[in-house]
Amino acid sequence: MLLLSSRAQHTTMTREEIGNGSEDMVIDECEPEGRERNSVPDEFNANYLKVYYGKLFPHADIFKWISYGNDGKHPACDQSYFSRREFSYTLDNDIYLRYQSFNSASELENSIKEKCPFKIDIGPVYSVDPAKRHAYAQTGDNVFTPVERELVFDIDITDYDDVRYCCSGADVCLDCWPLMTVAIKVIDTSLRDDFGFNHILWVFSGRRGVHCWVCDGKARRLTNEQRASIAEYFRVYKGNENSLKKVSFTGLALHPFLARSYSEVLKDFFKSKLLLSQKLFSTEERYEKILEMIPDESITSELRGKWQENKRSSISKEDTNVVRWQQLKHILQSGRPKAQGLRRCVEEIVFSFTYPRLDMEVSKHMNHLLKAPFCVHPKTGRVCVPIDPNCCEEFDPTAVPTLSKLLEEMNMGTLRADVDNEWDRTSLGKSIRFFRSSFLQPLLKSCKEEIENSYNAKLQHSKNSMSW
Amino acid sequence: MEIYGYQRKALHSDAISTLPLYRSAPPLDVRLEDFELFAIDRLRVLKGISDGLSRGKKPEEIDNLAKDLWKANMRHPEASEVVNKDIISHFVLRLVYCRTEDLRKWFLSMETALFRYRFRLESAEAQRALMAEFDLPYKAVSNSEFESMKDNLGQVARSIGQPLTPADTKFYTVPFEEVPELVAGRRVFVHKGHAYVAMNQVVSLVATQFRSHLSKALILTNRKWTSSIREQEKDRLTPIVEALCTSYLGPDYSEPREFAEISIRDIDQIAMSSFPLCMRHLFEKLREDHHLKHGGRMQLGLFLKGVGLKLDDALAFWKAEFSQKVGAERFDKEYAYSIRHNYGREGKRTDYTPFSCQKIISSTPGVGDHHGCPYRHFSEENLRAALGKMRVNSRAVEDVMDKVRNRHYQLACTLTFEAVHGTSCDAGINHPNQYFSESQKVVQSKQVEDV
Repeated sequence: MLLLSSRAQHTTMTREEIGNGSEDMVIDECEPEGRERNSVPDEFNANYLKVYYGKLFPHADIFKWISYGNDGKHPACDQSYFSRREFSYTLDNDIYLRYQSFNSASELENSIKEKCPFKIDIGPVYSVDPAKRHAYAQTGDNVFTPVERELVFDIDITDYDDVRYCCSGADVCLDCWPLMTVAIKVIDTSLRDDFGFNHILWVFSGRRGVHCWVCDGKARRLTNEQRASIAEYFRVYKGNENSLKKVSFTGLALHPFLARSYSEVLKDFFKSKLLLSQKLFSTEERYEKILEMIPDESITSELRGKWQENKRSSISKEDTNVVRWQQLKHILQSGRPKAQGLRRCVEEIVFSFTYPRLDMEVSKHMNHLLKAPFCVHPKTGRVCVPIDPNCCEEFDPTAVPTLSKLLEEMNMGTLRADVDNEWDRTSLGKSIRFFRSSFLQPLLKSCKEEIENSYNAKLQHSKNSMSW
Repeated sequence: MEIYGYQRKALHSDAISTLPLYRSAPPLDVRLEDFELFAIDRLRVLKGISDGLSRGKKPEEIDNLAKDLWKANMRHPEASEVVNKDIISHFVLRLVYCRTEDLRKWFLSMETALFRYRFRLESAEAQRALMAEFDLPYKAVSNSEFESMKDNLGQVARSIGQPLTPADTKFYTVPFEEVPELVAGRRVFVHKGHAYVAMNQVVSLVATQFRSHLSKALILTNRKWTSSIREQEKDRLTPIVEALCTSYLGPDYSEPREFAEISIRDIDQIAMSSFPLCMRHLFEKLREDHHLKHGGRMQLGLFLKGVGLKLDDALAFWKAEFSQKVGAERFDKEYAYSIRHNYGREGKRTDYTPFSCQKIISSTPGVGDHHGCPYRHFSEENLRAALGKMRVNSRAVEDVMDKVRNRHYQLACTLTFEAVHGTSCDAGINHPNQYFSESQKVVQSKQVEDV
């Protein structure tokens, strides 16, 4: 399936400027002029990408991850495992190549360096090498079908466009990014505490969202139905432009998962951050949107009355938004027994604005392809770096290293000989080291144990079945 | 199972509980009579449940109904034989109900409802054993664990509108992957990969397993039936099997009891007040056309016999009508014989029993016929008109039409009875003569009041 579209507009640099820059340029770290000479215009293009894939992209780490321990020497290692994994490339000119597979780390690396894809996606592990798929049927005994795939989630800030006023569409800023932070906290906690998963990788999508890769063996072997059930467990926001109330809590209590998310993350975030950063009650248009969620005319008109007159006299020192939220909460939560639809109205409003909105389709199907970590986003030039869920509040999407910045850093660091890897001289180093220590090493340790245990179990079983 | 003509040897069941899963036909020997009798007893239970369900009874009511039906029908003089009767009757009915899609569906629903009720009654230990048989990896939650989880479990229960009662202390844990529906609906507490499933949820899951096993088994049974058993057993079991699912299980009204006689003087008035619609229609058409085709003669004729019309009166009645169309001579030559036949005075001397609703509903009236069940065979328009003539009020007519649309013809007739007589008929109509005798009871009690 070849898609040809017009070439993206960007200026090309001459060969001299970038081709061999890292070797030829002389750097004097003390001179500011030297830094100017090393600066790389903020761009994304094939040449930069070539350098990136040549020196910075962590091919070997990706290989080790995707092999899940099967690249070892243990007799139980499945030598075919890595080669049954699908990768896909989006090349320059939007040419799309599916069902790429590789037999070794070097094959993977050489292919990426040669083809220089603008985007690399990772798909499932199939029953057979995708390259040989045509020899197999779709149904029956001898099939070509996914057999393993990480449990993945994709959260995109454009799904929150109806509740963020600072940006819209592709933009993201430090006022609305915290919605992603909150999503990470809620989902990560639940994946670990509720579902018992341990090997979870969160990745910046490069522009306006986050991806989550759950890599436990148990997760990789989930069926589509089981994946859908987890996605549904996480789903709260149900609605479209036509429904006024998109979050509805009808029971006598909230499910413990939702209650915990509310009390530990959402309530405070709404009150202390979002209310102010998005100025949710500051204009009539904005507060009407919230009043729409209250199914009681007498209450909404009472509040409306208060706020319309209040507009003229803003003597209070306190922020309008805070004041109005207080008033709303007070009316809804004060002693009076509440009608069915009002009992959890405050929670419903908070959830509407802050609770994670997942792309259900991404999670439900084993064969869904997802962008690989450490790719570079073509529109922003930013690298898809991992995010530490334990300190995700500190993550700043506007400070993520860009391709050009990395090249610049590489230029500056040429003469240092004390590092093994090019990436260690750059801001990418921190991300790769984090990937290894927090995610890859514990994962591989666990994989090794799993492989050895299942092997021993099989041996034991065959010994038992042979006994009289 | 081997079917013998003589005494069987009883086999002790392996199950801890007395609730069999009917996984495979046990190696029991069964007497031919028991083959049919056991099946009929079980069928009474299943039909009773079916009746309860189509009347919209609540789950607790169905439980009580099932309990009573089981107790009444599934006993056996020898205690050790009770389980065998259970198993044998199930497998016989499998043969009966495997043969079409509709039969399978009905059987599956009733057996699953029965299983659900019986499972709930079992001890915790027995329930665990049953779950293990289904390969359901459930572990019971200990009391101490329950205490520590109580708040969370209670919260989940409240969140789905089913707050825990003090009696609800039985919980099971299972890997969350095993219960995707419950996880998706947030109907369980999930912790470290384990879902905490409440008792009523377990019952649902076990019942679903039971149903899917039985469904597959029925398909296989059907294959075996059509490919070999039916032919092999055509002289022995096949006729029994084929008759079983259409069996009417109530009193047969061959001997009219309370109302020994009706005279032909009263017959018009009685027809208006106490005949069910099917017989009213035939009666009216007979009066109108002075003729009925064979199906109608059988259906109405036997009904009248059950109602208490003596042979001589019957002959006079039919002659009076038919001779207006075909003449007295032809009546004597062609029709009298078959009336006598119906009363067992000719030929085989079988005393034929009046048709049950089931039989009438499943008949196929053709052109010029007026027999069958009007609730099934009439057009909506004609049915509404007929009910109007019976003075059924418009709201009741709507209820009746609703039942008809859902193909609950006997319930429709029951509702008609209730509307016409102003009383309820809890037992439900399943035989025209039953309608008649119930109706007469009401009519006569009213007459007593009036006096």
